[in-house]
Amino acid sequence: MSIQDTQREIVDEFGMFSDWMEKYEYLIELGKSLPLIDEAYKQDENLIKGCQSQVWLHAEDNGEKVVFTADSDAILTKGLIALMIRVLSNHPAQKIVEADMSFIDEIGLKEHLSPTRANGLASMIKQMKYYALALQAR
Amino acid sequence: MMDSSLQEKTLDVVKIREQFPILHQEVNGKPLVYFDNAATTQKPLAVINAITDYYSTINSNVHRGVHHLSQKATVALEESRHKIQQHIRAAEPHQVIFTQGTTDSINLVSIAMERSNLLRKGDEVLVSALEHHSNIVPWQILCERTGATLKVIPINQQGEIVMEEYRALLSENTRLVTFNHISNALGTVNPVQEMTRLAHDAGAWVFVDGAQAAPHTAIDVQALDVDFYAFSGHKAYGPTGIGVLYGKEKILEDLAPYRGGGEMIESVSFEKTTYAGLPHKFEAGTPHIEGAIVMGAAIDFLNEIGLDRIATHEEQLISHALKRMAEIEGMRFIGEARQRAGAISFLIEGLHPYDVGVLLDQMGIALRTGHHCAQPIMDFFDIPGTLRASFGLYNTTGEIDRMMEALQKAVSMLR
Repeated sequence: MSIQDTQREIVDEFGMFSDWMEKYEYLIELGKSLPLIDEAYKQDENLIKGCQSQVWLHAEDNGEKVVFTADSDAILTKGLIALMIRVLSNHPAQKIVEADMSFIDEIGLKEHLSPTRANGLASMIKQMKYYALALQAR
Repeated sequence: MMDSSLQEKTLDVVKIREQFPILHQEVNGKPLVYFDNAATTQKPLAVINAITDYYSTINSNVHRGVHHLSQKATVALEESRHKIQQHIRAAEPHQVIFTQGTTDSINLVSIAMERSNLLRKGDEVLVSALEHHSNIVPWQILCERTGATLKVIPINQQGEIVMEEYRALLSENTRLVTFNHISNALGTVNPVQEMTRLAHDAGAWVFVDGAQAAPHTAIDVQALDVDFYAFSGHKAYGPTGIGVLYGKEKILEDLAPYRGGGEMIESVSFEKTTYAGLPHKFEAGTPHIEGAIVMGAAIDFLNEIGLDRIATHEEQLISHALKRMAEIEGMRFIGEARQRAGAISFLIEGLHPYDVGVLLDQMGIALRTGHHCAQPIMDFFDIPGTLRASFGLYNTTGEIDRMMEALQKAVSMLR
C-alpha cells in the first residue's frame, strides 16, 4: 500500500469516531500495540529530546526500504508514533522524504503538530524524514 | 449557567469572574478551567482598560519632555512606583526599580555584583534546591566568572528546605543566599524571615525570588529584612514584560549599573560619565512605561479585594483540592510542605503526566505538565516531570470538582 493509500485509510478510520474520546481511546490502543524498539536502540543518540515526553526512534535500511521502530514513555505519544510508522515505515527513502503529511490535519490531530508541543508530531516527522535522507545518501 | 459552587465562603467569586473576560470561553467545547496561574495569571478589566487608557490619553516618553503629556506619563509612572513601594512596604519609592520581570531582576543583581567586583575565589553563593532555572543560572554564571563557588541548600522529601543543613552551609565565606518565597514547582512557602536572619548572622546578603508570592500573599520587605526582593507583574494579574527589583538603599547605591544608556546618567562626556541616582541608575533606556503604570492598576485591584481574603480563599481551594485529589488511586503529591500556597504538583501511578495533561486539555482543563523550569527538583524526586494545578483568586471549588471528573475520566481511559 502506498503512503497515500495508508493515509486515506487512516482518515477513513478517524472519520468513524463521533467524539474526541473515541479518537483518543484509539490512539491509546495504538500506543499500547506499538511494537517496541529493540532495547539496544533505546540509547540517548536515538532520543528526540523535549520537556514533555521522550521519544526513541530507530531507522534501518533493509536494502530497498526504510523500517522504523520507536518507543516513548507517554502512551499518547506512542499512539501518534504508531500512526506515523504505519504511514512511513517500509517505504523507499525517497518516498518518505517526499511524503505530504497533511492528512494529520484531516484527522483532527493538528494541535499535536504545534511547534509548542515539545516532541509533537512535527519533530517526529522531521526526524523520520531526516533518517530517510541520511540512509538514502549512504 | 450559574455554578452554585461560585458562592465561595470568603470571596464573591461571581463578581470577581465578571472582571475576567478571558475566563468566559469554551475550550474544546467545554467551559475553560484555568489552573495554570503559576505560569501566568489572567487579567481583570481594570488592567485591560488601564492599558487602553494609557495609550488613548497620556502615551509619551517619561522623564524628558517639559510638555504636558510627558509630564502626565512621568507622574503616572512615578505614582505607580509609589504604589508598589507601599504595597511591599519599602521605605522609599526609589528602592523600587522597574525591570522586565523577575528573571531580569535576578540578572540585574548578578551582573551588577560582578561589575562591582564583590565576589572572588573562595567566596560562596548559596542557592536553594527549590529554585526555578531563572534563579539558578544567573548565579551560576556569576560564580563561573568570578571564581566563587555555588552551593546548594538541600530539600527534604516533603519539598522543604532542610534548615540544619542550611545553617551548616553558612560560613564567613558566604556572600549571598538566594531562594524563592514560594516554590513554583511544589508550592512550598519558605521561612524567609528566619533564613534571612541566619544569612545576615553570617554576613551574607539575601536575594528572594518572590515571583510566586506576589499574587498570593502580602509582602513586607522591611519585616522580612531581605536585601533584595524580585517579582513579576504578569504573575500577579498585571501585564507581561514588567517587574520589580526591590533593594536596600545602601546596597543599591553602592552597586555598579548593569546596563548603560539614556535615562540612567547624570552627565555624559567622552572623558567621563556620572550616573544618575536611584532608581534611574538601573533603568537605562525608555522603560516599559505602560507596563509600569498598569502594574499599579493591578496592585490596586489586588488591594481592593485584599490579599488576606485572597490568601484565605486560595487556602480553601488548596485544601479542597488536596482532599478530593487523594480519592484517585495511585495519587502521589510531589511536595507536601507544611506551609504551602499556589500550586499542587502531582503524579498518578503508572501514568505519564503528558498523557494526563493532553486528555485534561480535551476536557477544557488548563494544567501545566513538565518540569516547570525546575529540573533539579525533578532529578531530586527522580521523576520526569509532574502535573501542576495552580490556583488564582477567580478559581472555585466547583472548578476543582470539574478537574476531578476530568482526572477520573483520563485515568480510566489510560489505565
